[in-house]
Amino acid sequence: MNTMMRSAVSVGGPASLGFPRGAARTGIGDDAAVRLEVRNVYKVFSADPKPALSMLRQGASKAEVLEKLNVNVGVLDASFQVRAGEIFVIMGLSGSGKSTMIRLLNRLIEPSSGEILLDGKDLVSMSKAELIQARRRNMGMVFQSFALMPHLTALDNAAFGLEISGASKADRHKAAQQALEQVGLGAYAHRYPREMSGGMQQRVGLARALANDPTILLMDEAFSALDPLIRTEMQDELLRLQREQQRTIVFISHDLDEAMRIGDRIAIMEGGRIVQVGTPYEILSRPADDYVRSFFRNVDASKVLRAGDVARYEATNTVIRLPGELTPALQQLRENHHNFGYVRTQDGHFEGIVSQATLERELKGPQPRFVNAFLPDVRTVNAAAPIHSLLALVADSEWPVPVVDDDHNFLGAISRALMLHTLVRGD
Amino acid sequence: MDFEIRIGKWVEDLVTFMLDHFQSTFDAISTVVNGFGGAIDFVLVGAPAWLLIGLIVAVSLWRVGIGFAVFTLASLLLIAGMGLWAETASTLGLVLTSTLLCLLVGVPLGVWMARNRVVESIVRTTLDFMQTMPAFVYLIPAVMFFGLGRVPGILATVIFAMPPAVRLTSLGIQQVPAEIVEAGKAFGCHDRQLLFKVQLPNALPSIMAGVNQTMMMALSMIVIASMIGAGGLGNVVLQGIQRLDIALGFESGLSVVLLAIVLDRITQSFGRTATAPRPARFAFLRRFLPVPAR
Repeated sequence: MNTMMRSAVSVGGPASLGFPRGAARTGIGDDAAVRLEVRNVYKVFSADPKPALSMLRQGASKAEVLEKLNVNVGVLDASFQVRAGEIFVIMGLSGSGKSTMIRLLNRLIEPSSGEILLDGKDLVSMSKAELIQARRRNMGMVFQSFALMPHLTALDNAAFGLEISGASKADRHKAAQQALEQVGLGAYAHRYPREMSGGMQQRVGLARALANDPTILLMDEAFSALDPLIRTEMQDELLRLQREQQRTIVFISHDLDEAMRIGDRIAIMEGGRIVQVGTPYEILSRPADDYVRSFFRNVDASKVLRAGDVARYEATNTVIRLPGELTPALQQLRENHHNFGYVRTQDGHFEGIVSQATLERELKGPQPRFVNAFLPDVRTVNAAAPIHSLLALVADSEWPVPVVDDDHNFLGAISRALMLHTLVRGD
Repeated sequence: MDFEIRIGKWVEDLVTFMLDHFQSTFDAISTVVNGFGGAIDFVLVGAPAWLLIGLIVAVSLWRVGIGFAVFTLASLLLIAGMGLWAETASTLGLVLTSTLLCLLVGVPLGVWMARNRVVESIVRTTLDFMQTMPAFVYLIPAVMFFGLGRVPGILATVIFAMPPAVRLTSLGIQQVPAEIVEAGKAFGCHDRQLLFKVQLPNALPSIMAGVNQTMMMALSMIVIASMIGAGGLGNVVLQGIQRLDIALGFESGLSVVLLAIVLDRITQSFGRTATAPRPARFAFLRRFLPVPAR
C-alpha cells in the first residue's frame, strides 16, 4: 500500500510545464525550431567603427563612447533567438535602440559587427544580390507610418513585394487579393491610401507584408500611430492571423500593454543593450534589474497574467487516478494536510476534485469508486483566461480552481491566497 | 596705376579656341536641336488652327474642368481673331521643345544630385550662379556658338529655364519619406527599382511643379530670345517695341499672357493629381447619363 501511495505522489508533473503562456497561445515551446538568431550584434554610427567597438567590448557604455569618441551607439552586444511561430516583442523607450535593432535584422541598417542567422544562413555576410533575394523571399516588413505608395491602389500596394520580385500581374494580383481578404479589406482593393483611414491603411501594410508569404515578419511599431481603439482591434487581428497561420514575427513596441498582450516572449532594450528576454510572466515575476522593474511598476498584473501563468501545480494534492485505489489517495491528502485532491489520469487529463470527506464517505460504502467521490459543480478554467476574469470565480469557490489547457490537461490550481498574492506582488 | 585684368580677352580667346576645335560638336548639337524644334514647329504651325485649339480645349476639360475649358476656348479664339495664331503656335512649339530638352537633361541631373553629395554641391552652386545671371546674358554665348535663329534661342532658353526642373526633381526625391524608401528596400528593390518604382513616383508632384516652373520660365525667355531670331510671338512684341506700335504691342503681349495662363493651369493639374484626389472632372456629364446600377 505504501509503495502504491508513494508512486501516486511522485509520478509526473503537470501535463505541460515549461511554457504555460506560449502553450496557452500558440503552442510554442522551448523546443520549437530557432528561426532567427542574433549573435553579438553591434551597431555604431561611424565611418570607422573599430575604435568604438573596441571600447564597447572592453565594457564601455553608450554614453561613454559618445563622450569620448563622439560616436553614437545604436545596438550594443545584442544576442537573442526568435523561435519559429512566435511573436517576439522587442520593447524599450525611445532611444533604446529598438528601431535600429529591427532594421539590422533585414540590413536596412548595416550591422557593425556580429551575426544574424535566418534559418541558419548569415545575413550579415551575404552579398547585395543574395540579400535582395532574402528580402524578397523570406522577409516582410510593416512600418509605423504605414509607408504605402500613395500612387498605388490597395491591391497594387499589397502586390508591391511580388511586383518587385517579378511576379506576373495575374499572379501578384491573386496573391494580393487573398492577402487583402485575410486582413478584411477584400472589398477595398481599388481604393487609394488617401481614401482610407489609418487602421485600414495599416491593414494594407500588413497585407503587403503577408502577400509574398515571408518566413519572418518584421513589424516596427506597427500599431503605434493608430488610436487606442483601432490599435486594440489590430492587435486582435494580428493574434487571429497568428492562430490561423503561425508566422514568426518580430514586433517592436514602446507600449508595455501591447507587448504583454501580443508577445509570446519579450526582449527589453535599454541604452542599446538587451537587458532581459523572457515570457511576459517571467519578466513580470523576475525582472532582471531595477530598470525593468520600474517599467512594470504600473502594470495591472490581473490583465497581463493568465490563468496558466499563475496556476500552481502541487504533486501533493494531485491524485493520479487508479481505479478503486481510494485509500492511498485519502492517505496522501491526510499526510499533506490537503482537504481537496485534484484527480487526473496517467496521461494528465483532468477528471475532477475529491475531498477527504467524500473519499471517507465512499470508502465506507460497499464498492468505493472515484466517480462517486467527485465533488459536484466543479468548474475548470482555461489556461489562456486572463486573471481579471477569474476574480469572482476564485473568490466564490470553496476549493482552489483547477486550470486546464486546450486539451483538458491539468496544469494546476488557483487558490484565493495565491490569487491575492499575485495581485499584490511587487509595488 | 598700370594694372589691367583682361578677362574679356581671355574668354574671347577661349571662345575662339572652342569654335576652332569643337565646331563639329556645335554643328551636331545645332542639327539635332534644329531638327527636333523644326519637327515640333512644323506639326504645330502646320496643323489647322481649329484642330490645335480643339486639342488644347479638350486637355483643359480633361485636366482642369469645364469652366477653364471655356476660358481656354475664348482665349485661343481671341488670339486667332487678332491674327496671331501662327506666331502663337510657333511660340508654343519653341516652349515645348525647350521644356522637353530641359527635362531630358534636368530630371536625370536632379536624380543624380539627390543621390550624390559631391554632385549636389557642384550642381547647386552652378544653378545658383545661373539663376542670378540676367536673362539677356545667356543670349551672348548662344549667339557666339550657334549664330542667329531658332537653335540659339532654344538653347539659351534651355539654360535659363532648367534650374527649377533640376532643383525640384532633387528636392522631390529627397523629400520622399524615409519609411517609404525603407519599405522599397525591405521588399527587395534593387537600386533601379527603388528609383523608378518608389522614389520617382513619390517625387512626381514635386517634379511636376518643376515642369510647370520650367515651362513658365521657358515662355518668358523665348520671348526675349526673339532678339536673336528665335521667332514666334516674341518677334511681334519686338516689332511693337521697334515701331512704337501700341496696338500690335498690346495684342502680342496679351497673347503671351493668355498662352501662359493656359499652359500654367494645365501643367499645374498634373502635379496635383499625384497627391490629392482628382476633382470629378466629368461630373457634369453624369447629368446626361442614366444612373448606373450598382
